Amino acid sequence: MAVVEFLGPIGRPSLNVDVKSLSELREFLKNDEELSKWLEISAVAINDVLVSDLNAPIKQGDKISLLPPVCGG
Amino acid sequence: MLELYSGPLDAKEIVNRWYDKYKLKNCGAFITFVGIVRDEDGIDGLSFDVYEPILKSWLDKWNERAKEKGLYIMMAHSIGDVPNHESSYVAGVVSPRRRAGLEIFDIFVEDFKTKAPIWKYDLIDGKRVYAQARSTALPGAGILKV
Repeated sequence: MAVVEFLGPIGRPSLNVDVKSLSELREFLKNDEELSKWLEISAVAINDVLVSDLNAPIKQGDKISLLPPVCGG
Repeated sequence: MLELYSGPLDAKEIVNRWYDKYKLKNCGAFITFVGIVRDEDGIDGLSFDVYEPILKSWLDKWNERAKEKGLYIMMAHSIGDVPNHESSYVAGVVSPRRRAGLEIFDIFVEDFKTKAPIWKYDLIDGKRVYAQARSTALPGAGILKV
């Protein structure tokens, strides 16, 4: 299992998922209508490193973070 | 150097402490930026969420870049609520020379605005309202879009 964290304004509790890649995670989340607006604008990190490849593998115990648009300062 | 605080920053204490620490480094320039929450659009203040692990790695990269040029970079930021007219962000660069310091400082502060994993909310009538219109998507955003 890996854990998905929904950061900042997404405001959801973490979710345990059994997926082997980001594309599998996308399949897993695709029917969640409320989440879809966030998926469109959020970046994704695996173990605190931003990723841009849907084929990125996900291993047991990985932390997947969804990061919506940012504005510091 | 990264400092995170719950609530408003004591900007005077932070800047003075940095000054006392870095004035001994034989650098000719200490540049600071202090962000102060403005009273506008009927807000009572701002509120922030911070994701520390990625903020730290973002700042580590800047520290490496600064170190190559003999500079020092530092920042402090608030977590949670900051009322109008208080400080939420302090950034500093210490540089052997003014020009190099001012140049890197400008790029650093702009990069901070668009890359640091911090989420801003307006405080309106006791509610936190995500400042989405003023926010910037991170690299790779939308990768999970169906």
